[in-house]
Amino acid sequence: MTSLPESPGAKRLGLVIDLDICVGCHACAVNCKEWNTGGYPAPLTDENPYGSGTSGVWLNRIHAYESGEGANSRTVHFPKSCLHCETPACVTVCPTGASYKRAEDGIVLVDEDLCIGCKLCSWACPYGAREYDHDAGVMKKCTLCIDRIYNENLEEVDRVPACVATCPVSARHFGDLGDPDSDVSRMVADRGGYDLMPEQGYQPTNKYLPPRPRRTEAGDTGAAAALTPVAEAGGFLGWVDRMLSR
Amino acid sequence: MHPAFSVIFFTTASGAGYGLLAWLGIFVALGMLPADRWFGLVGLGLALALITVGLLSSTFHLGHPERAWRAFSQWRSSWLSREGVAAVATYLPAGLFGIGWVFFEQANGLLGLLSAVGAAVTVYCTGMIYASLKPVRQWHNKSVVPVYLGFAAMTGVVWLTALAGLFGFGNPLFAWLSLAALAITAAIKLGYWRSIDNDRGGSTAATATGLPGPVRLLDPPHTEENYLMREMGYRVARKHAEKLRRIALAVGFAAPAVLLLLSLLLEGRAAGGIALVAALAATGGALVERWLFFAEAKHAVTLYYGAQSA
Repeated sequence: MTSLPESPGAKRLGLVIDLDICVGCHACAVNCKEWNTGGYPAPLTDENPYGSGTSGVWLNRIHAYESGEGANSRTVHFPKSCLHCETPACVTVCPTGASYKRAEDGIVLVDEDLCIGCKLCSWACPYGAREYDHDAGVMKKCTLCIDRIYNENLEEVDRVPACVATCPVSARHFGDLGDPDSDVSRMVADRGGYDLMPEQGYQPTNKYLPPRPRRTEAGDTGAAAALTPVAEAGGFLGWVDRMLSR
Repeated sequence: MHPAFSVIFFTTASGAGYGLLAWLGIFVALGMLPADRWFGLVGLGLALALITVGLLSSTFHLGHPERAWRAFSQWRSSWLSREGVAAVATYLPAGLFGIGWVFFEQANGLLGLLSAVGAAVTVYCTGMIYASLKPVRQWHNKSVVPVYLGFAAMTGVVWLTALAGLFGFGNPLFAWLSLAALAITAAIKLGYWRSIDNDRGGSTAATATGLPGPVRLLDPPHTEENYLMREMGYRVARKHAEKLRRIALAVGFAAPAVLLLLSLLLEGRAAGGIALVAALAATGGALVERWLFFAEAKHAVTLYYGAQSA
């Protein structure tokens, strides 16, 4: 059923992505591909993987932007995967019932056995979260690693999405954004986490944490702002100092 | 947006087909068309052939055409599903209308009107598929549904004028109605072009990333084009778009209008022959317009790939 859940649960699983920390290593994208090409949406087909015109399905992509101008400009690495929106038009436009949003945790999924490959859902997503698999003839998207986060065969510490598990700098966090007391919700509140393209009205669940203000002065880093002499130098070193200061 | 030929052909052909079906139904109900077997066969046959070929061609771009029947299930939320349901439902009155007209030479006005309603609802749903997509500013526009309805009515009535003339059932009213439809549709389309040229839309590279502007793409996520860039990143050069708009106006509106005025000076089948050229021109212009409708549409996802506004 592609109508949205009438009584969505309080639980809203999603990601919080820290743009201050991400170093743009693409490890999350690689581990996403690795896990999911053998997981729920398998396979994530690659076309001409070793030739020119390479193309393939990836559920997580890392862009890099220059933001701002002059002294305040910076490079920002920007990971982007499905935001598991509260009002996902990708679901409601689906004519077959293949796309759906789960009431119990808010995850947006595609039932590949029902998908006719009309691609309308990818047109309805402003974020480019859905990628079409030409080989399988169906649409693929991030599942929030539904086959990891509830997987009791994994150690509890591993029951997080592959992108979160692999991030070497902990720039990606997974949790319940419907619970205001969860770690991820607190992080969003503390750091001013925001929505991408709020004007589109999709109410994404995933949040982005902005880069922290730039630290340009020595004092901003916590070090002493300037080196001050501990005491007036005397003796030989004092003489050298006086001679060199002339 | 990538202009997929199957979708452009589908919306143009089925639009003309539904338009012709609707006008045949309306004028039979008004008693202005005779229940002539051969006229019914050719007129309704052409309308239903255009509709059917269009619907079939729209399944060519599916990844799993054999599952297309599933698309009738989600009419509660999906305009694409509603379009499918309306298209199939319209075959019922249209089929009965055609059987009565062609086999029994009794054209039922009520079935004609029901066919016209079905045709209008189907074209309305087609327009809403595009108009409901917020990420494409040029489609999420209040003129899009009137444009789709206008082009269907316009191409349909010009085809009706041509066929009625060729079968000797011509009526100057058909030509005048065609001229009115051409003028109204041209006005709606010009208004649409003015609207998309002036409205800048709310989404920018800064809102897409939430970063302080200006935001410039430093490194794309991949070295080759991906699905998103091929499907959503199609761009037509502005100077070509302007030229194509002029071609669509000249071929789709000005030429049919001149030919129809000329046909009003002639009698019988000669008038029908000239109106047939007008119908072909109007349909050709509609194809160019529909191609532009896709090529000029810019998806919000392009903001992540270096576009500053969408």
